[in-house]
Amino acid sequence: MHEKTHEPLIHITKRAFLEPWKALIVRICAVLLALLTAGLFIVLLTGLNPLEVYAEMFKGSFSTNRKFWILLQKTAMLLCIALAVTPAFKMKFWNLGAEGQVLAGGLACTACMFYLKDSLPNWLLILIMIAASVLSGIIWAIIPAFFKANWNTNETLFTLMMNYAAIQLVSFCIAKWVPNGSGVLPILNSSTKAGWLPTLFEKQYFLNVLIVAVITVVMYVYLKYSKHGYELSVVGESQNTAKYIGINVKKIILRTVALSGAICGVSGFLLVSGTGHTISTGLAGGNGFTAILVSWLAKFNPFIMVLTSLLISFLQRGASQIASSYQMDDSISDIVTGIILFFIIGCEFFINYKINFRKKEDK
Amino acid sequence: MLTTLAHFISASIIQGTPLLYGAVGEILTEKSGNLNLGIPGIMYVGGISGIISGYIYERSTQAPNPYLCIIITLLSALIGSALMSLIYSFLTITLRANQNVTGLALTTFGIGIGNFFGGSLLGFFGDSGSIALNATGAAYKASLPFASKLGLFGETFLSFGFLTYVAVVVAIIASYIINKTKVGLNLRAVGESPATADAAGINVTLYKYVSTVVGGAIAGLGGLYFVFDYIGGTWTNNGFGDRGWLAVAIVIFALWKPKSAIFSSYLFGGLYICCVYIPGLTNSDKELIKMAPYIVTIVVLILTSIKKKRENLPPASLGLSYFREER
Repeated sequence: MHEKTHEPLIHITKRAFLEPWKALIVRICAVLLALLTAGLFIVLLTGLNPLEVYAEMFKGSFSTNRKFWILLQKTAMLLCIALAVTPAFKMKFWNLGAEGQVLAGGLACTACMFYLKDSLPNWLLILIMIAASVLSGIIWAIIPAFFKANWNTNETLFTLMMNYAAIQLVSFCIAKWVPNGSGVLPILNSSTKAGWLPTLFEKQYFLNVLIVAVITVVMYVYLKYSKHGYELSVVGESQNTAKYIGINVKKIILRTVALSGAICGVSGFLLVSGTGHTISTGLAGGNGFTAILVSWLAKFNPFIMVLTSLLISFLQRGASQIASSYQMDDSISDIVTGIILFFIIGCEFFINYKINFRKKEDK
Repeated sequence: MLTTLAHFISASIIQGTPLLYGAVGEILTEKSGNLNLGIPGIMYVGGISGIISGYIYERSTQAPNPYLCIIITLLSALIGSALMSLIYSFLTITLRANQNVTGLALTTFGIGIGNFFGGSLLGFFGDSGSIALNATGAAYKASLPFASKLGLFGETFLSFGFLTYVAVVVAIIASYIINKTKVGLNLRAVGESPATADAAGINVTLYKYVSTVVGGAIAGLGGLYFVFDYIGGTWTNNGFGDRGWLAVAIVIFALWKPKSAIFSSYLFGGLYICCVYIPGLTNSDKELIKMAPYIVTIVVLILTSIKKKRENLPPASLGLSYFREER
């Protein structure tokens, strides 16, 4: 007698647990596959030897001392914003507004440089600039958080809109400060260097990298060992559990998002005072969005974020090197980043789920 | 005065049309519970697919046929943007990846594709100069022959290329399908509660795939409209700007209703350019006025979340992946 069963060919189940080393292998495979695909894409377009292409990419970051420092600087800035969005993220608050919060911070910082100039001693001016940047980052972040905490307003869309409000605010200020209508703010105080972050060891970016390194360590400790870090992860896992054990959910949301905004403000400060000494609407340069991916790829672990932001910065630098060597458009770095992200995003499936194929039926 | 007003209205419609395509596409997508933040990238790809195919066609022939120009570029824009949303669908529906992260990655990727090919297309063919697809641009801009004879009315409402009217038709059809048909009812069920829809025998995966891919293709037409009808068959990197995000904003402003999106898009289009029509504004005032669409959207978002009227809220499962065995 045959009893027919209709078992599907593929059956997907959720994994309870996957050994960390296996998960690591899956992720490494994904990155390799992604590099292969991206390489294939470039080779198809340029007709070059793939090894040559990778060698060229490597040159983009390591051929000169200066290029290496640019890589470090780019990594640090990306990492700083990634660290900023992480606590909010861990609480499942989708802060897509880092771009705007960085701009708000940078704008406040620029305003201080523009209006105070050299009326104050430099150390005092820099302290005021830091305070102003942090405060405006907090304000820009806390508005959506306030409505989220009280009325559960969709924070993804809210923070997204706040970005463009910030962009227009920056354009507004630039138009106010530059009366000739060019819309470009020249480098501020270039003769007096008022409000410029000092250069240490003759490396312009040394202090930037150092500050971000300190934030990384502090953030790791904060998330892992502090009471605050524990509370926000409980709220992220289940708001009901949090309420049940007596956590004031509203307070945690506001506090965590404020922290997120504050660090965004710091990155705005570093980008203006420690890097460009001016502001444009492209100050964050899309890093507000890329940072979300960096944080998510690292599973909210600040030390792994160092690696993921380094990977992405390396790819971007490498891709622009290829673009300039072979007279192609610079945007190829966005394409490569996109391909890598797709693979890494996709590989999570194989870590979280198990695919069971239909077994051969016993006769 | 009346002429200025007429000009303003027609300019608002022109500005609003790409937004309308993007918004209707995103509404259709979000109705299935997928928050596709890749829409800005998809719209870039829609535009560049049209440009690439149009360029190859115009380069291959001495006298481009306007109908062929339109068919070729329209099809490639649809295919290009549908492929983009297929990437999104595969990652979020089949592989259950996080929708926000996937969408943002898709936007990065799509804008990269647009700017890369826009910037290096001529180089690939060994040509120099800049992209100027005049024949295709003219084909898209062609309006009814008698429109200019109808005076102000004709100028204000009938002087547009065909894609402007298609956008309105698409929005009305989308509204009809979502609200009046069984397919639409099922789609809304999938977006509100996929588990319930699944239990009722609706193929959740199929609905999510189809609505996301069709929605993406519609959004891609916005990019196509922009490159051919609006700027006449040329390409500037980042020329499309942040209109994609504005389209996402309209979805909220229109409360997930395609018919309201028509009016909302023209309103946002008007807000986008009204500073040109108000005399005596300084440059800084203009920038402040451009902030209006975003502020208005934020206010709508806040009001709907405070009032919590059921029919004005986003689909309940928006942003969440569905896995049947999850409790």
